[in-house]
Amino acid sequence: MSEIKTELTKEQFEIVGKNIEKMESISRPSLTFWQEAWRRIRSNRAAFFSLILLIIYVLLAIFAPMLSKYGFDQQDAYAMKQGLSLEHWLGTDSLGRDLWVRVWMGARVSLTIGLLAAVINSVIGTILGGFCGYYGGKLDMVVMRIIDVIYGIPSLIVCILVMVVLGSGVQSLIIAMVLVGWTGTCRFTRGEVYRLKEQEFVLAAQVMGEPVFTIILREIIPNIMGLLITNLTMAIPGAIFQEAFLSYIGLGISPPQASWGVLAKEGTKMLQVAPHILYVPAFFICTTVLALNQLGNGLRDAFDPRLRGTE
Amino acid sequence: MTKYILKRVGISLITIFVLVTVVFFLARLMPGGPFNDPKLSETARENLSAYYGFDKPIFEQYITYLKNILSFDFGFSTKYPSRTVNDLLAGSFPYSVDLGVRALCFAISFGLVFGIISALNRGNKIDLIFVIIAVIGTSVPDFIMGAILQYFFAIEWGLLPIAEYKGFAYTILPSVGLGFYTMASVSRIMRASMLEVVQQDYIKTARSKGISRFRVTWKHQIRNAIMPVITILGPTVAAVLTGTFVIESLFAIPGMGKYYVESVQNNDYSLILGMTVFYGTFLVLCNMIVDILYGIVDPRIRIAGK
Repeated sequence: MSEIKTELTKEQFEIVGKNIEKMESISRPSLTFWQEAWRRIRSNRAAFFSLILLIIYVLLAIFAPMLSKYGFDQQDAYAMKQGLSLEHWLGTDSLGRDLWVRVWMGARVSLTIGLLAAVINSVIGTILGGFCGYYGGKLDMVVMRIIDVIYGIPSLIVCILVMVVLGSGVQSLIIAMVLVGWTGTCRFTRGEVYRLKEQEFVLAAQVMGEPVFTIILREIIPNIMGLLITNLTMAIPGAIFQEAFLSYIGLGISPPQASWGVLAKEGTKMLQVAPHILYVPAFFICTTVLALNQLGNGLRDAFDPRLRGTE
Repeated sequence: MTKYILKRVGISLITIFVLVTVVFFLARLMPGGPFNDPKLSETARENLSAYYGFDKPIFEQYITYLKNILSFDFGFSTKYPSRTVNDLLAGSFPYSVDLGVRALCFAISFGLVFGIISALNRGNKIDLIFVIIAVIGTSVPDFIMGAILQYFFAIEWGLLPIAEYKGFAYTILPSVGLGFYTMASVSRIMRASMLEVVQQDYIKTARSKGISRFRVTWKHQIRNAIMPVITILGPTVAAVLTGTFVIESLFAIPGMGKYYVESVQNNDYSLILGMTVFYGTFLVLCNMIVDILYGIVDPRIRIAGK
């Protein structure tokens, strides 16, 4: 066994000199929080691709029904249950309605419900949770007990009840989802505010005499904005699923109005004869939910300060 | 511990009370009123009015209603006045529970196994396959999953019976369809949790003591990694049991979800309300049991409450 020579001699080193300018220079450009998050989202391939896909879906939902020559409820007895073709890009359903147009009309409804329900929930939850966390005490106690109760009741049961009373439609769907949906964000925000309110910047704002509302909204909330946006993204799939479920059991949106849930329901009825009527809406529901989940994961990583600077 | 259990039971009782009260007052808000159906015979209407005490002031009606519920009397169907909710429940609830339990067993066992295999093969092809299964599973609503399974396994390939519920082979497709989403989320959580546990110091300690890799994985890693999975069981039980609504109507299983959906589609108000109260109460109790079990399993809660 030969001995490995490890000793270092002085000749092996040389002085490279001192470059003060280089030492003091900033190696990374200074980025704001949002720039940094954007940069990391872009470098996350799955999340970035998801974002682009979602933008395409939104654009198609806005423009595709306008540009097509078919109406979303226009029936054609000579073109029923057709497969994919140049005439009807995604085929036609059991009443000869063009699926391409119906899918994007459905996307308008489903995406609007998903987005609106999630945003309204977040806003209510954030404000209420902010006050609860900041003040604590009785207000906090009462709101938390209310949340315990709402949380205990399965949200679908509440949705079904509300839909039965209000009747089907986009508004009732959103109201039903908001009634139970705000609790999650509220709990989360309360916890975060509770944690942050002891910090110096809050104290500084208090000393400056800022009103409580400003402290919560301008000082504390921006600090948890990243997490809130992540939660928001993750909440949209749930709302889309719920709409699909409610429409499926006949409570959500009623035909001929289209939503992805309605289309999927029509598809399950035609499954034996023309499976594409189910596959088409199923594909769009799944890819949208998938993209939102991936984007949510990407956002969580992008906003996580512990991962800052790592690629 | 006792304090924790009492608190859970208390919250659940309040929740049930709130649910029952909300249902009662919503019933008064319903468009047209539940008993204005012109098809309803005069005697049936009178019987229903007497049963619900509509001639009395609202507070008294409320008390009657509470008494009825406390004696497990959930009301009549307005569509078929000879049927009571209790009859329907007695005939259909066992099917739903059976289906729900099967789906949960499938979801938890396969979810755990997939998660564990995936984590142990981190980064290679096997992991990738299971991650893709999990990602797809969590983006497909259960009724679409059920319909697709039905199409391929029953219609196209004819491997399994297409519908109804008459033996083990009949239960496979509905249970898998119902449990797939949960299975995917369990496997995701288990994978993440396994990967987190493997970095802990006690795993290194165990390995450095010379315990075999298998024993470390089995006795230390999996045991600790399973905790986060238990936390999602409460919401999961609720999700699976409400999921039975669509799966039952898809597979023509005579469970209560099917009747529930039917009653919604027929605007059979009193049946909807009765079943909602029953279903809601049942799910709240499920949640409570899961919470209490979690308290027993989690040493932090067990010790803190002493």
